[in-house]
Amino acid sequence: MEITFKINGETIIQDVRPGLLLLDLIRDHLKLKGTKPGCLEGECGACTVIVEGKAINSCMYLAVNTHGKEVITIEGLSDKDKTLDDVQEKMLEHGAVQCGFCTSGMVMTTKAFSDKCKSEGTVPDREQVKKSLEGNLCRCTGYIKIIDAAEAVYKNHNS
Amino acid sequence: MKKELKVIGKSARKLDGKQRATGKAVYGHDIQLPKMLHGSILRTKHPHAEIISIDTSKALALGGVECIITAEDVDVNNISYKRDHPILKNKANCERDEIAAVAARTKEIADKAIALIEVEYKVLDGIYDPVEALKEDASRINEFGKGEKQFGNKNIADSFHYEHGDIEQQKAKSKIVIKKRYELPRVTHACMATSNITAEFNELDGRLTLWSSTQVPFLYQRDIAHALKMEPSNIRIIQPIIGGGFGSKLDMHPFEPICALLAIKAGKPVQILYSREEEFILSPTRQPMIIDLTTGADENGEFTFREVEIIKDNGAYTSLGATTPFVMMQTYSSLYKIPACKFDSLAVYTNNPFAGSFRGYGNPQATFSLENNIDLMAEALEMDKAEIRLLNVNYKDEVTGQGLHYKTCGAKAALETVIEKSKYHKIINEANKGRYKRGVGLASMLHVGGGAKIYRSDGCGTTLKLDDYGYLTIVTGSNEIGQGSETVLAMIAMEELGISRDKIKVINTDTDVKPWDVGVHASRTSFVAGNSLLGAIGLLKEMLISKAAELLNVDMDDWVYENGMMRFNKHEIKIDKVVREIHFGTPHQLCTVNYFYEPPSRFQNKEFKGDVSGNYAFASQAIEVEVDTATGKVNVLNTHVSQDVGRVLNPMGLQGQMEGGLATGIGYALTEEMIYEEGVLKNPNFHGYKLLTSTDMPPVHFYPIETYDEAGPYGSKGAGEAPLIPTAAAIGNAVSDAIGVRIYSLPVTAEKVLRALSEKNKEK
Repeated sequence: MEITFKINGETIIQDVRPGLLLLDLIRDHLKLKGTKPGCLEGECGACTVIVEGKAINSCMYLAVNTHGKEVITIEGLSDKDKTLDDVQEKMLEHGAVQCGFCTSGMVMTTKAFSDKCKSEGTVPDREQVKKSLEGNLCRCTGYIKIIDAAEAVYKNHNS
Repeated sequence: MKKELKVIGKSARKLDGKQRATGKAVYGHDIQLPKMLHGSILRTKHPHAEIISIDTSKALALGGVECIITAEDVDVNNISYKRDHPILKNKANCERDEIAAVAARTKEIADKAIALIEVEYKVLDGIYDPVEALKEDASRINEFGKGEKQFGNKNIADSFHYEHGDIEQQKAKSKIVIKKRYELPRVTHACMATSNITAEFNELDGRLTLWSSTQVPFLYQRDIAHALKMEPSNIRIIQPIIGGGFGSKLDMHPFEPICALLAIKAGKPVQILYSREEEFILSPTRQPMIIDLTTGADENGEFTFREVEIIKDNGAYTSLGATTPFVMMQTYSSLYKIPACKFDSLAVYTNNPFAGSFRGYGNPQATFSLENNIDLMAEALEMDKAEIRLLNVNYKDEVTGQGLHYKTCGAKAALETVIEKSKYHKIINEANKGRYKRGVGLASMLHVGGGAKIYRSDGCGTTLKLDDYGYLTIVTGSNEIGQGSETVLAMIAMEELGISRDKIKVINTDTDVKPWDVGVHASRTSFVAGNSLLGAIGLLKEMLISKAAELLNVDMDDWVYENGMMRFNKHEIKIDKVVREIHFGTPHQLCTVNYFYEPPSRFQNKEFKGDVSGNYAFASQAIEVEVDTATGKVNVLNTHVSQDVGRVLNPMGLQGQMEGGLATGIGYALTEEMIYEEGVLKNPNFHGYKLLTSTDMPPVHFYPIETYDEAGPYGSKGAGEAPLIPTAAAIGNAVSDAIGVRIYSLPVTAEKVLRALSEKNKEK
């Protein structure tokens, strides 16, 4: 099937088989390797990307369903203007990155939640921040620094 | 003593953080080579079975399949340090056993081919309990095991015996003796990146390149060479970015030589990536064990003796889990003052999967048993649980019964800190009525802080190259697995040479380039690699000073290095200029140096005695829990962690190790368990195997103790494993403090808590 969609600002026309996962389209066909395969069953969140403003597990999403939609991957946050997105900046500032295999997913989840809060004009409290990251597993950091980084992103909304 | 420093001791961002935070870091999963094939492995259907026949004809006929290998097709040696593990099997001995492997153009084709291989099995009864396996009429499990000759039982894979002091005399002095059995489960590392390997064989020069996530590249190179009957130097190990280690990549496992064999046979590169299910089933686990611990104390509460008997489920083959006694013996023989100790352990073959090394290396198990027994002794003596620990705490200049020499010791300071910060005495005296009951538990730990001399060398090499533009390349034998070793090395170079961070490169991923090192284990990397780098910097400075003194016509003396300059009194010169003069001036030299650091530690004797580490780390934790007596659920409310780290190098990195360690320790205490039925894993996924999530994590209050140990770089000690070692013990003690019943096995599940509560109520 031929689908037309936008990824990281670029319009792509691609022939895909109906069963192709968005994760495989991104990694194997478009060679965007920043999105990570962690479990392929929607449990770990390492493959999180943003589709139409929402963070989704790309291993649980069919590529054909991106037709007419806009997809953002980790590469979409910093590649264009060569500077880090605020979410990436805060992750590094707060020491939230160790092995880094979960980081793309953590960043994309935080980015989507941050954009949502921004558009709604709300600043989530720490418990809401924790809840927003519940679908992303990390084995290195114990989450605290990731939560700290995300909180710092939301605090920036007001300044 | 503490010297004022500019860079060390101040939080630094991760040196390679940007590439990891932007998706640019290349992990094993991201490697793609021209003409690369994808490998898949057929594993046994039954944990214990004879293999009557293997028919690969249908699989070979499938379009896109390039080659298939079985045990019949390969000329290889057994692997594992006991050499009891065939790479491809003729007989199935556990769920993991590899029967055949396929290389094909795509992963889908490889998987399809695997399904087309026909294997005829004769299913056999398995032995899944090590106690059963020890019985005389039990069948022999591993045909390569040497147990009969070495240990008097065919199913014993390994055995350790240790003792010091006069046990009988100490028993006579004891007012109380506590004997308990502890049962520790299998848990898994659950690295976020699954295991992976990419192999390429060059037929023209006979060289094999492996892109491997190994934590021990030089030992791995030797092991691969032995397995494949190759020369080690013809094997090049390149480590891509590693997505989590925690000990899981300390031993070589069959899929790695299998991938190499496929690449050699196919004449094309081959990649094997584990699925998450495979990762759960196949990667090594923490060593499960049954510990019988007897401990005594005299009327004052002074510890008298410890007697330990351990049975470890070795699984079908021997991996590093069998060697956990090296670390466990230290805890039993030397954590707190102890006049006498006797330790015996058996690793017993079963048809279960084998265990490997896992952050802590047997120490969480040992510490769980010991710290529970200490609480029980305090209760029997009607002593305060903090007081009994303080009374027996280790001290500076102590030489333990095992010969560990504590030249510095922050054990007392760490213990006092968590007692004070957790308000331990206050909380336990508070009334605790109603459905939710709170308690605080204490536990301490001892671990190596300056490497561990378990191989003939525990050293690390460094090559430094200062280029004509003042950029420094650090080529280190050590490894980065996300823990932040590159960052610490860069900080040391910045501190010593006044070179800015953007001019420092760390090269550490290629055995053809980097100098030798044992590997990343035993919390040793900052210690050995830091000392090695400091040694190399000393040599580099000699070169710079000699040339600078010549150029400025001054004496060689104490120079200051700052902002790319070196200064002596009023003289100053740019470092890059000095390098260019070394290079372009006579006698034309490169500004490069080599240094090898070997720690002052000793290889232990046959009785396992000797000062095995360059220094020792001590830590205590006080953990507050709330137990729901209606559901049995345990909730960790707060954690206080104090650790003798010698000196803090990178506060942010250190705090990250603490928080991450605590998370794994809490999982071990409360939620994580691999559930097996007849040798088959029943929960090989994140749905059934519960890691902590962001909402489960309590606050971690960390109080570093700085003891400035002169063996460590700037006085520091290894720190990475310690934070998870006493966690399960502290939580177990906290649960008992809250509800008055004690759970002697991990994890402390709601079900166990409810059962224990109901038994306690029956007694009333």
